[in-house]
Amino acid sequence: MILAVEGVSLSFGGVRALQDVSFDVKEHEIRAIIGPNGAGKSSMLNVLNGVYRPQKGKIAFRGREFRGMDPRRAASLGIARTFQNIALFKGMSVLDNVMSGRNLKMRCNFLQQALWLGPAKREELEHRRAAEEIIDFLEIQHIRRTPVGRLPYGLQKRVELARALAAEPVVLLLDEPMAGMNLEEKQDMCRFVLHVNDHYGTTIVLIEHDMGVVMDISNRVVVLDYGRKIADGTPGEVRRDQKVIDAYLGVARA
Amino acid sequence: MSFFIEVLAGGLLAGVMYSLVALGFVLIYKASGVFNFAQGSLVFFAALTFVSLTERGWNFALALGVTLIAMVVVGVLIERIVLRPLVNQPPITLLMATIGLSFVLEGVSQLMWGSQPHGLELGIPDVPIEWLSQKWNINISQFDLFAAFVAGVLVAVLALLFQKTRIGRALRAVADDHQAALAVGIPLQHIWAIVWAVAGFVALVAGVMWGVRNGVQYALTFTALKALPVLILGGFESIAGAIVGGLIIGASEKLAEVYLGPYVGGGIESWFAYAIALLFLLVRPEGLFGEKIIDRV
Repeated sequence: MILAVEGVSLSFGGVRALQDVSFDVKEHEIRAIIGPNGAGKSSMLNVLNGVYRPQKGKIAFRGREFRGMDPRRAASLGIARTFQNIALFKGMSVLDNVMSGRNLKMRCNFLQQALWLGPAKREELEHRRAAEEIIDFLEIQHIRRTPVGRLPYGLQKRVELARALAAEPVVLLLDEPMAGMNLEEKQDMCRFVLHVNDHYGTTIVLIEHDMGVVMDISNRVVVLDYGRKIADGTPGEVRRDQKVIDAYLGVARA
Repeated sequence: MSFFIEVLAGGLLAGVMYSLVALGFVLIYKASGVFNFAQGSLVFFAALTFVSLTERGWNFALALGVTLIAMVVVGVLIERIVLRPLVNQPPITLLMATIGLSFVLEGVSQLMWGSQPHGLELGIPDVPIEWLSQKWNINISQFDLFAAFVAGVLVAVLALLFQKTRIGRALRAVADDHQAALAVGIPLQHIWAIVWAVAGFVALVAGVMWGVRNGVQYALTFTALKALPVLILGGFESIAGAIVGGLIIGASEKLAEVYLGPYVGGGIESWFAYAIALLFLLVRPEGLFGEKIIDRV
């Protein structure tokens, strides 16, 4: 078990975003979180990387328990993420964005860098190589000098994935990586996610609306509705679950 | 012709001095989106501390070193005490905070070192370069040339730092998107502290240069206001903009004073820069090198 959430509750004022949610993530699996709009999926992801601190419950990462994360600690533990509405550094080039993902891996201090001393230079080159590898892997070589703000949406999503991968994460949190993409872009993204999982052995937690995608690539699925967990299991099990069907299709309440 | 060149060169060199001050603004603005009104006070504080130490018989290098340390400490303290608690407040709040800060800084520096004006000498005479004036009949001050050189080196180093190193990348990342920067593990506070320290350092260089030129006195804080038109021209986020803006403002105000001044009775120099800035605001509000903001609707 690499990551586990136990009895997490989160509310904003009177709005209960999450209520007593528990689930776990196994090493090396692809774990999907699904649910209708407003079910609390993004809130859950934000709890996992520490943007939000839950009022109740705890998070365990590799057996270490946390009452709440904070984003920087999550990053240093090896949890990287992408955002639903893309949080790239828009004025910077693709390469610089990816390099910024390696920030925590670089060690030289301010003075060494300001003076551009040998170690700083060597370090920069070494990390540059790693960044280029990821850029090649995600097939974005042709745009590496382009400022991110000028790229089309689909490519921005891919750059964001590249930046997250640059940190060589143990767990990768993806918040709707395929939202707003056309079919071809989705297929590419699926291929990348599967390849990352396979090639780097990265554990992946993803939120996705496209049921086809979720059913195809994930090992296990958590279903949230109105902040509660209503189902948890393999795609096949979840698909047949009556509560899930009701949540998605709506039921007439007597 | 030689007179024109002389005026132009004098203007450009004065412009470099404006750029030096503007640079301090750009650094803070780039990294934290704060328009630091107190930059002028930092310049004053730096110059006053430096000159007071040398007058107490400290040697040049020691005084410079100690002042540098003091500036870094002040910069870090400002970030810690004033700006950190105000993170995520609207820009107008931050602006007000820095305006308040500027008066506190001026008060404290005069409390520490007294309020009388000082002269400052670096051992570089403020006299025309001889062979230039003999051969071409153009008078250009040795000191001005030195100041321009120092500014040039400073800008080159800063540009390199911003473009080529991890810290620079982290700075730009923080400026661009706080949330994303946190998620990739960039320590915001650490970065802001560094920026303020560097801004303190830039203020020291500007303070010493301006101190030699005009004397170290309270009026130094107003030189910072000359950085405003420079910033409007060059764009608030751009180091290159600060330089080019400074050069344009410096040159055009000197040329205006000499060639337009006589027709209106002189005294153009003090406000001409603002007139240019106003015109610029109408035509290109983001500045020459600023980022054009296009909102998606």
